[in-house]
Amino acid sequence: MLELLDYPFMRLALAAAVITGVTAPAIGTFLVQRRLALLGDGIGHVALTGVALGLLTGTAPLLTAVVAATLGALAIELLRTYARTSGDVALAMLFYGGLAGGVMLINFAGDSAAKLNSYLFGSIVTVTSSDLITVAILGGLVLAVVLAATPQLFAVCQDEDHARVSGVPVRLYGILIAVLAAVTITVAMRTVGLLLVSALMVVPVAAAQQVSRSFRGTHLLAILLGLLAAVGGVVASFEIDTQPGPTIVLMALAFFAVLAGVRGVVALTGRWRGRPLESG
Amino acid sequence: MPVSPGTDGGAGGPALPEPVLQANGITVDLGGRSVLTSVDLTLGRGEVVAVLGANGSGKSTLVRAVIGLVPRRAGSVELFGTPLERFRDRARLGYVPQRSTGSTGVPATVREVVLSGRLARRRFLGPASRADKAAADRAIELVGLTPLRGRPVTELSGGQHQRTLIARALASEPELLVMDEPLAGVDAASGHQLARTVGDLVASGTAVLLVEHDLGPLTDVVDRAVVIDHGRVAYDGPAHGAPTEHVHHHPHDGEPARLQPLPGEGVL
Repeated sequence: MLELLDYPFMRLALAAAVITGVTAPAIGTFLVQRRLALLGDGIGHVALTGVALGLLTGTAPLLTAVVAATLGALAIELLRTYARTSGDVALAMLFYGGLAGGVMLINFAGDSAAKLNSYLFGSIVTVTSSDLITVAILGGLVLAVVLAATPQLFAVCQDEDHARVSGVPVRLYGILIAVLAAVTITVAMRTVGLLLVSALMVVPVAAAQQVSRSFRGTHLLAILLGLLAAVGGVVASFEIDTQPGPTIVLMALAFFAVLAGVRGVVALTGRWRGRPLESG
Repeated sequence: MPVSPGTDGGAGGPALPEPVLQANGITVDLGGRSVLTSVDLTLGRGEVVAVLGANGSGKSTLVRAVIGLVPRRAGSVELFGTPLERFRDRARLGYVPQRSTGSTGVPATVREVVLSGRLARRRFLGPASRADKAAADRAIELVGLTPLRGRPVTELSGGQHQRTLIARALASEPELLVMDEPLAGVDAASGHQLARTVGDLVASGTAVLLVEHDLGPLTDVVDRAVVIDHGRVAYDGPAHGAPTEHVHHHPHDGEPARLQPLPGEGVL
């Protein structure tokens, strides 16, 4: 199995997988806590327009995607804050506008459907070393901010009103979460693709929750599961010759199924969860 | 007519410490509808004041407005002598929101939730200090949840969850504790535990502002009641003299001293 390390493109792919696998659930946990699990999906749609603009203008798509995704994330956060009643419809328009615009612009750029496919579903084995450097810098940045700001992010996602009364600039942190998600999506774009990126942000968190009872435990286990799914998925895709992006996502879903099964068995034997005390 | 709040130590007396909370002329519109009209509210050090009123009277909005969660159209608020807009010393203010039945998407233990109450005191970066953890554990102890501190809050009963939120507010060691319907969905035992906790807090000099339909087990620890009716102060005076919920039907003083619980409210 170690033979895959003989291929330079596989070494790059595995390095990109490690970064993506760790980063996506690190910020994804807060999205799930805030009940914004699908935010990543929407930002991913918008990022496609950024990719297309990069291809059209001959700029690195990774960079234009970061810019587009960040602007999209800011727009989404502002819509969420100020347009409460029609917020979800506005979001839907933004998402699908981003997707349609991206597909159309990529056609204008004269690129093939295969190129489009590689951004929608990932193409980790084509990661270049300069891609990897960008991914590593962006991923490292996201991780550092998430780790440093965890107490504030936890408070904002747990209870906005309480955080605001505690003096936390809630709106600023809301924007920070959206921007971190946007950057993460760009990091994960080459690994699992824009349409599957949300899965890597959400599924490891859902899997971790099956067996963890604390926030910290869920956060750390989700990061570990994300790492295992990303690396495992790349290795498996090499061994059984499948597309890496979907393989990674299916592996994360398999973790979820196994841990949900473990939880079910333990719950049946009645030893896992203590019941709330009757009173007092 | 509003009865003047505890101003017995007024002009000429020894210099009183500034009130913990001083709100004047609070006027709030929400969605184009007038919710509060020129409401005054003052809270002294160590005082326990209950804001009472029917559903939709504006009582909850009043309390949310004085801590800055709801924008005011007019009026001024000072916390500890500082205008709300410039009030930065957030650790002195503890807030217990109305308990929502919805939960967040990721589990969190009692201790994790309570520790988030230290945010106004802990340093900006780095893990929680020993003092932060000790304060969180003291707050958990104070509400009697020590045996459950490792439990996810989603597994708690309504009363236990409410006590977790109170402990979170207490973790910052506040001088003013603001509670929005702390008895909602709380069983009798937790209600009495809450009354004891409030009694302990008052003994240590903390002021308490709470919103309720019905004081129930808290009646004896409340110094003063402010009744809001249709967005205005209908009564401000001793808790035992407060009119019932149906203030607009019985606008006389000398109503029964005890508040009558509404049917279907918490079984106390």
